[in-house]
Amino acid sequence: MTTLTPDQLAVIEANPYKADFPLLAQNPQITFLDSAATAQRPAAVLDAERRFYETMNANPLRGLYRLSVEATQSIADAREHIARFIGAFDEAGQPQGNAIVFTRNASEALNLLARTLPQVVDLGPGDEVVISIMEHHSNLIPWQQVCAATGAKLVYLRLADDFSIPKSELANKIGPRTKLVSVTQVSNVLGVQNDVAAIAARAHEVGALCFVDGAQSVPHIKVDVRALGCDFLAFSAHKLGGPMGIGVLWGRPELLDAMPPFLVGGEMIDSVTETDAVWSSVPQKFEAGTQDAAGSFATDAALTYLETQGMEALESRERLLAVYLCEQLQSRGYITVIGPAEPDRHIGAVSFDVRNIHPHDVASILDMSNVCIRAGHHCAQPLLTYLGWHSTCRASVAFYNDKADIDRLMEGLDMVWGIFNGRN
Amino acid sequence: MDVTSLYNEQFMDHVTHPDYKYPLDDATHEHDGVNPSCGDELRLYVRLGDDGRIEECAYTGHGCAVSMASADMMSDLMVGKTPEEALRLCALFKGMVTGAEKDNDLLEDELDEAALLKDVSHMPARVKCAELAWRTLQEMLQEKA
Repeated sequence: MTTLTPDQLAVIEANPYKADFPLLAQNPQITFLDSAATAQRPAAVLDAERRFYETMNANPLRGLYRLSVEATQSIADAREHIARFIGAFDEAGQPQGNAIVFTRNASEALNLLARTLPQVVDLGPGDEVVISIMEHHSNLIPWQQVCAATGAKLVYLRLADDFSIPKSELANKIGPRTKLVSVTQVSNVLGVQNDVAAIAARAHEVGALCFVDGAQSVPHIKVDVRALGCDFLAFSAHKLGGPMGIGVLWGRPELLDAMPPFLVGGEMIDSVTETDAVWSSVPQKFEAGTQDAAGSFATDAALTYLETQGMEALESRERLLAVYLCEQLQSRGYITVIGPAEPDRHIGAVSFDVRNIHPHDVASILDMSNVCIRAGHHCAQPLLTYLGWHSTCRASVAFYNDKADIDRLMEGLDMVWGIFNGRN
Repeated sequence: MDVTSLYNEQFMDHVTHPDYKYPLDDATHEHDGVNPSCGDELRLYVRLGDDGRIEECAYTGHGCAVSMASADMMSDLMVGKTPEEALRLCALFKGMVTGAEKDNDLLEDELDEAALLKDVSHMPARVKCAELAWRTLQEMLQEKA
């Protein structure tokens, strides 16, 4: 039933993390297996959010008094911490805090890029934007819209039978017409990890820019933008235990400098006359209006929490959980896993189908035993259509899960199967 | 909520052994209904008699158990009803699944087996599934009028 060793099973049977997460600790009856949609938040993050308002609440950037200065500093500190977390260092080895732009979420970061980057690369008819067929809608619709507006063509990287993007696809689809390549590092449906370093290298070979959607990778694996060699990376704080409403865009500073503003108004200008305005420098240029400073502060705390536990330890625990989850699902004859057959190729998420039972029925019945999974098209309709499914079930794990969570899922699935096949 | 309160034997019987899931060759009216986000697709058939009453109601399509069981229960209920009565029952059903109508005796009297779906009012994500057939019938009868 499992290839994990007794020692490995002991690791996922123990759970030293759950107590740090108030929602999980206070509701032991809940089995939360939907972290790919949003993670639970540790008390340290909730405390930070409150501490901001209790100790340094003032509008950042403009005030000349102590509270505002502290609020401003807390945002600068958060930017630096995020830069270190994703390996964004300049040539002198300093974290590129000023290349960290706060948005509301990864989707907004993508919209920012899709609105401003085409002007920089002069995107037009005859040009191509390359994405993969496994993109989440937020890394797909912005590019669809850009292509419709500019006359550029949207080109899809497709998958081999093992759910990888073959090298031949990169060679064939990324070529002299390609101006932008935008791919996810980890699929929110398949859980599979793409070789984005190879994709970025191919993009640069033909003079294109490469954006990486890190929404499903940054929370689970060590991400280093220098090692990836990409030009942009975005992710959402809420998927790694930070607050909802904070997204992060990192970009190569010279590109961010060249890009026009996204939203305009207060806090993003240096000077304004009756007829014109001069933009602030990056990152303020992209942050019009009062920002969620408490959210940035709490995001900083979320990263500190992860680093205190040790990203490597969390990553290896999550791999064990994903392997156990995938193997348990594969052990049931009535379940089909949708994605790599090798359990260790799943980062966080495993999608599956329960034979002849609609995913919404599966999720509703599991909900009655307090097991939370996602069911539907996972905001990746073109991928599901391409794979020949309309909707799927998806269970996803984070380090605060344990073996018992997965065992409860399996009990629930056995019950679902029993109800539909007259065995309950 | 107990798992069997909605997905009980009676409900599952409509899913696994539907009575009205077939194309109606001599239908006087046909209408399609879809839930794009769920992938539920339904074609509803009605044959109105000379007296204006619904003589037969049937459906084809695919979707989750809630949408299919609901269509089967509705088809059974509608036999012999006038379009006006049918529309009133559709509104009552909608009231039940959205939680606006909570009078159990009334619901059981009027909706018969379809009253089994009242637990859907505690499952906001499934209201659309339960409503699909009823909404489709409503559209069909309103277009006819």
